[in-house]
Amino acid sequence: MHIGDFKETYASDQAVFINATSRFWLGILFALLILFPFVAGDYLLFMANLAGITIIGAVGLNILTGFAGLISLGHAAFIGVGGYTAAILSTRFDLPFLLCLPLSGLMAAFFGIIVGGPSLRLKGLYLCIATLAAQLILEFIFVHWESMTGGIRGMNISPPDIFGYVLDNDFKFYFVTLIMVILCVTFARNLFRTRVGRAFIAIRDRDISAELMGINLLRYKTYAFALSSFLAGISGCLWVNFLKTITPEHFPLLESVRYLAMIIVGGMGSILGSILGAIFMTIVPEVISTILGFLVNIFPTAMSFLFPLQQVIFGLLIVIFLVFEPHGLAEIWRRIKNYFHLWPFEH
Amino acid sequence: MKILSIDHISLSFGGLNVLSDVSFDVNQGEIFAIIGPNGAGKTSILNIISGFYRPEKGKVFFNGNDLTHMPADKRAALGMGRTFQNIALYHGMSVLDNIKLGAHYHLKTGLMSALWYWGAAHREEMELRKKIEEDIIDFLEIESIRNHPVSALAYGLQKRVELARALAMRPKVLLMDEPVAGMNAEETEDMARFILDIKEEYDTTIVLIEHDMKMIMDISDRVLVLNFGQALTHGTPKEVQKHPDVIEAYLGKKKAKTNRTAII
Amino acid sequence: MDIFLQLVASGFLVGGIYALIALGFVLIYKATNIINFATGEFMMIGAYIFYSLVVYLKLSPFIGFPLVIIFAAILGFLVERLILRHMLGQPNISIIMVTIGLSSILLGLAEIIWGSSFRSFPPLFPRKPIILGEIVLRSNLFYGFLMAMVVVAVFLLLFKYAKVGVAMRATANDQMAAFSMGINVKTMFTISWAFGAIAASLGGIIIGNIGGVQPTLGHIGLKIFPIVILGGLDSIIGAVIGGFIVGIVENLAGGYLDPYFHGGVKDLAPFVVLIFILLIKPHGLFGTKEIERL
Repeated sequence: MHIGDFKETYASDQAVFINATSRFWLGILFALLILFPFVAGDYLLFMANLAGITIIGAVGLNILTGFAGLISLGHAAFIGVGGYTAAILSTRFDLPFLLCLPLSGLMAAFFGIIVGGPSLRLKGLYLCIATLAAQLILEFIFVHWESMTGGIRGMNISPPDIFGYVLDNDFKFYFVTLIMVILCVTFARNLFRTRVGRAFIAIRDRDISAELMGINLLRYKTYAFALSSFLAGISGCLWVNFLKTITPEHFPLLESVRYLAMIIVGGMGSILGSILGAIFMTIVPEVISTILGFLVNIFPTAMSFLFPLQQVIFGLLIVIFLVFEPHGLAEIWRRIKNYFHLWPFEH
Repeated sequence: MKILSIDHISLSFGGLNVLSDVSFDVNQGEIFAIIGPNGAGKTSILNIISGFYRPEKGKVFFNGNDLTHMPADKRAALGMGRTFQNIALYHGMSVLDNIKLGAHYHLKTGLMSALWYWGAAHREEMELRKKIEEDIIDFLEIESIRNHPVSALAYGLQKRVELARALAMRPKVLLMDEPVAGMNAEETEDMARFILDIKEEYDTTIVLIEHDMKMIMDISDRVLVLNFGQALTHGTPKEVQKHPDVIEAYLGKKKAKTNRTAII
Repeated sequence: MDIFLQLVASGFLVGGIYALIALGFVLIYKATNIINFATGEFMMIGAYIFYSLVVYLKLSPFIGFPLVIIFAAILGFLVERLILRHMLGQPNISIIMVTIGLSSILLGLAEIIWGSSFRSFPPLFPRKPIILGEIVLRSNLFYGFLMAMVVVAVFLLLFKYAKVGVAMRATANDQMAAFSMGINVKTMFTISWAFGAIAASLGGIIIGNIGGVQPTLGHIGLKIFPIVILGGLDSIIGAVIGGFIVGIVENLAGGYLDPYFHGGVKDLAPFVVLIFILLIKPHGLFGTKEIERL
């Protein structure tokens, strides 16, 4: 049981992990994350990689939509830009993975600024529609710029290597994913301890008063777009290096909606929420397909419902969370934690 | 010495004249009040000074510099603080973060050092925290609520947090839009005391809009009276109170005077 | 030149049908200020219901139409009561996302019920193409256009003269004032959702009759956005004009550019136009910039 915190410096009051208890649990979590691949089977390793890559994308979208209040229907396309950049750089220019990673992020950030930049004067719906247009235009480019992207058939790449060490299985790739997730999450969390992150939230809550407080709206909205799509690009690069294939079908509008669902379910404006939402939305389709797998014995065609059922459930999750728990899983987690905080003496 | 000059300002929305040819000066270190009936254009003047509205005619000078075409965020950097009529706090943030936001322009952390945080950004944040705690939170007596989310606070306290945020901007001129509207007598007294203290201790010039005439007459050095977008008169509270145009604007013409209740 | 005229003429007809679908969006937006991302799915569901009534239950189309109208009204009613009523006062961004969630639900449900395969309607109209000089117009398109125009006209008259229409306009203008005049604003919200769903479903039937129906039919609904950005979000006439412009633009772009890109330009063109419009006029061509207050 934890009784209270006595802080003697402002630094300790503003630390992310305030007390010894939370640092202890963080240590346990790290240990588990490092041990995980040694005990997990192929399937779990695959899923963990996928979840990790999704977390990075979700953190990106949450910075833009959850924190800065700029809704985007084009996030999947930015992930696609990162993925294609990585695929093109590694197959056509033979660049090493470690160089492709930041370059993919930068390329996506560049596209993010191109799309976001001019539309920064737009608010709410208009911005939403502009990002929708960007999604459709980028999809078109993925399909039709065949000489670069391979068109509908897409591209295949060979396994990435780091200084000659080839990441040819999910086990090895897991550690790359883990490091990237930790880096991205930490940087994102840091951001919201400073004036930059505060400016994002201020723009979301009341943009006019934010401007009168001395925040240059254009600059900070551009930052939000650039950061968000940079993370999308990183996520895309990891994605293509993990699956070793890329086609336009991987980044449809629906995938953008799935990312929105993630941050809503997880909790908008919460880094923890992005993590929980991404994990949740990676697991849900698997649960559905497992259940349908059992049903195949009774209804032989059950598997054909997998895709539409996923859509119904994603949609339902978005609606249910927005109506009943607008702060998402992160809020539920906070309540659980508070309950156990003084447990068993909660009163 | 003039710190702020409003020079023949006119503003209209869709043919409706909000302000016509308004001019006045605000002197360094005074409390300057703008009064007038609802819809007289008081808030529009503040919006023009802080750069949210652009006047169609006329100019705004601050310390002798022409601000008329300067964007709002740059004006904030020059030292223009503001509180709002309908509280404009950031509901997703704690009291402390709201106040910290006011200091935005005085901080230097860029995007990259924000992402890295350790080192320069951390140091800056700690200095900021110290300054805010010692200069503002202590001064406005809001220690107990510093970690509360602002949306959960009572109205009067929200107004006080807004003042705290404006102080964190370290303003040379503080524009206050109805600082005591909707407050009870005790809260009003507290706020009046804070305003006077700010003037003394922070050496800040204050421009305020208020309907509470008692407070205006007690604390302000000079008063400007607006009616239908026009400046009726300005002067010390005593002079203004006696001015026939002001009495007419507030109480109606002499004939009708007996039938109407005072707005004041 | 005759190709050009041909493209413009059929684009014009398609545009009229788009106008009806956009009307389904505008009717809701005007009264409730809600951006309905599920308009396209309302359309798709309407087309499927009609298909089921006419093909499975072998009903005459003349019975099918009123039944679809009733069904759409119920759908709109339920959506408003069950979901959007709970979102009153929530931030815009949440409401937009609720309708995105709704569209995902409807899309998935349609695929579960009707499958993903493509189905074409039994012939509703005479098959003989309409020939005007050198221009040949497909009969489904031509009669579909006429039908859409009739429905749009009915809605316009309803809005202008019927009591409920006037009440909706009042609500759209000023909710508080309408409320104090004894108009039940919440009922107006429900009614406008029902009307919006009806307009979209009828548009869906017409589109389905031209090109067949499958669950992704609702993607046509995305074209509403270029249309309403062109025409102004809350203007019925604007929606009609925007519909015509988008219909013609996409037909021309498709006709002239698709051969070079192996397809896809037609559907993309309105969005490229949209981006350019937003670059020049951030609030749309006819949109009004609201005066913001502090």
